Amino acid sequence: MIETDEHRLFRSSLRELFEREIQPHVDEWERAGTFPAHELFPKLGAVGLLGLEYGEAYGGMGADHSFTVVAGEELGKIDCGGVPMAIAVQMAMATPALHRYGSEDLKARYLAPAIRGEMVASIAVTEADAGSDVAGIRTRAVRDGDEWVINGSKLYITNGTQADWLCLLARTGDGGGHRDMSLIVVPTSLPGVEVSRKLEKLGMWSSDTAELSFTDVRVPVANTIGEIGRGFQQQMVQFQAERLITVYRHIGSIEQAIDRTREYLSERRAFGKPLLANQHIQFTMAELSARHDMLRHYAYAAAAGVDRGEDVTRFATIGKLIGARLQREVADTCLQFHGGIGYMAEHWTSRFYRDTRLDSIGAGADEIMLRILARMDRFSPT
Amino acid sequence: MNVVVCVKQIPDPAAPSSLDPTTHNLVRTGKLILDDSDSYGVEMALQLAGQVEGSEVTLVSMAPGGEVSGLRTALAMGAAKAILVSDDALAGSDALGTAKVLAAAIRRAQPDLVLAATESTDGYTGTLPVQVAELLGMPSVTFAKSVAVEGSKVVVERQTEAGYDEVECPLPAVVTVTAGVVEPRYPSFKGIMAAKSKPVDTLTISDLGIDPSEVGATGARQGIVQVAEAEARSAGEKVVDEGDGAQRIVAFLEQIKVI
Repeated sequence: MIETDEHRLFRSSLRELFEREIQPHVDEWERAGTFPAHELFPKLGAVGLLGLEYGEAYGGMGADHSFTVVAGEELGKIDCGGVPMAIAVQMAMATPALHRYGSEDLKARYLAPAIRGEMVASIAVTEADAGSDVAGIRTRAVRDGDEWVINGSKLYITNGTQADWLCLLARTGDGGGHRDMSLIVVPTSLPGVEVSRKLEKLGMWSSDTAELSFTDVRVPVANTIGEIGRGFQQQMVQFQAERLITVYRHIGSIEQAIDRTREYLSERRAFGKPLLANQHIQFTMAELSARHDMLRHYAYAAAAGVDRGEDVTRFATIGKLIGARLQREVADTCLQFHGGIGYMAEHWTSRFYRDTRLDSIGAGADEIMLRILARMDRFSPT
Repeated sequence: MNVVVCVKQIPDPAAPSSLDPTTHNLVRTGKLILDDSDSYGVEMALQLAGQVEGSEVTLVSMAPGGEVSGLRTALAMGAAKAILVSDDALAGSDALGTAKVLAAAIRRAQPDLVLAATESTDGYTGTLPVQVAELLGMPSVTFAKSVAVEGSKVVVERQTEAGYDEVECPLPAVVTVTAGVVEPRYPSFKGIMAAKSKPVDTLTISDLGIDPSEVGATGARQGIVQVAEAEARSAGEKVVDEGDGAQRIVAFLEQIKVI
């Protein structure tokens, strides 16, 4: 990826925005278990962050994918995982299918305000009995004239307590398996949509996560994204965007963790010399840094593939798997080398350790990535 | 309304800086960035221009090597165009020399209002804007914490130690703004892309009709005689609160004449 003056300027603009509008509030939002999305998102919308690659007709920027890489890297440097994850939901998890397959009317009513940051969006796929196995979802939309009548529940929904609309995957037919599922835009203000629980988590505290229930929720059939019955396939496309931005966030978060740890290790003295004088520490950090470099260039190759219009499923799958694992290892090592202070709740290493655990589970668990790769590389029986 | 903003492009304060051992001047090689203190002037100008139809914001800067990185940031915020004066003969200019150059460039833009920061983040002389005003024959109002244009005059709340003065002044005028006069916007993706094609008029001193002997190291009437290490901060005095902590702090502040 060639970084032009425009990339550099966009990067510094985002950095300044995050420094002023997010970083000073992170501790408070972590304690609160949520953040004010309706206050923050319009500021992100104003710089174009929430619709970078989307069409200008909907207020998008029409940017190429390399700017999403820059955005992801800078999101990864925010002092918590929760807020960047919530932003990434709006950018690349709840909106890609609507942009690609949705009707003009649906895009005008839901995508454009999401790009401006005026509406908060969530992706509602996972259920209690269907996480990795998306085809097992039970939430059902039954057609009644021009309306769907939706019943069921969704779990682990990021932005779930404050979303204005959901990109909801529901069964719309009796085909079973991958067939007869549809993505439907569901406004949360409709009667029958309830936040049943706000969920407590190991990490990502500043991001609100909810269990949502749907009781006889009536939504116009016109709110279906694209073709009825193609929801599963559309969601697979949407997952890809999610995995890619997750990798770009890893590049930023790992870079920052390594930089911060280097600084600490050069200052902290033990046995009469800086910790960094210890060869074991030098070699461990150097190797993590080397692997981070590999991840960065792998991610840049993925991004270049996106801009060339290629199928980057393999890149997204490997990048997400390896990136999430490397991030966990970096978090663990950085905490270890900080010693006692690294274990303290007040220290960044502690939050980073908690927050990074999710990325091997969310956006497709490591095991799902391996399953895709095993199939792709013919390591599973045909 | 034509609003001109003086913007300085400075070495990134986050990167290590150095002084030239011979001239004692700040080393300005490498990429320069928009001085953060100028972003307030740019934002103020954009807001004022936005209130009067047909208004335009022009940036004026002097920098070595045709440097435009900092100008691009301000253009991305929304300024329409820029005038950059770049000339090897300007190396070593003092504040007055710089003021002569900027005044000549500003005159070309025929401004109704000239905005500048109270001082730059690298040089800190804080003398340039009033020198520019004098050379342009315009009144100057310094330390504005709010600026409004009402017809043919500018109305300023001028920060003082005790509070603020309300000042009115006929246009055209030079006004320096403090950090906090407005909240600078973040350059948007659209603004960044638009800035690529905005005009930057790069001029030399001969374009401005300036005699080389008036500027640069030759024309400087001010020189840096000596540079010394700042005195290391001495250890503070620890006050242990034994019920009289507040009184002891008050006594200390009185002693150093802060209160």
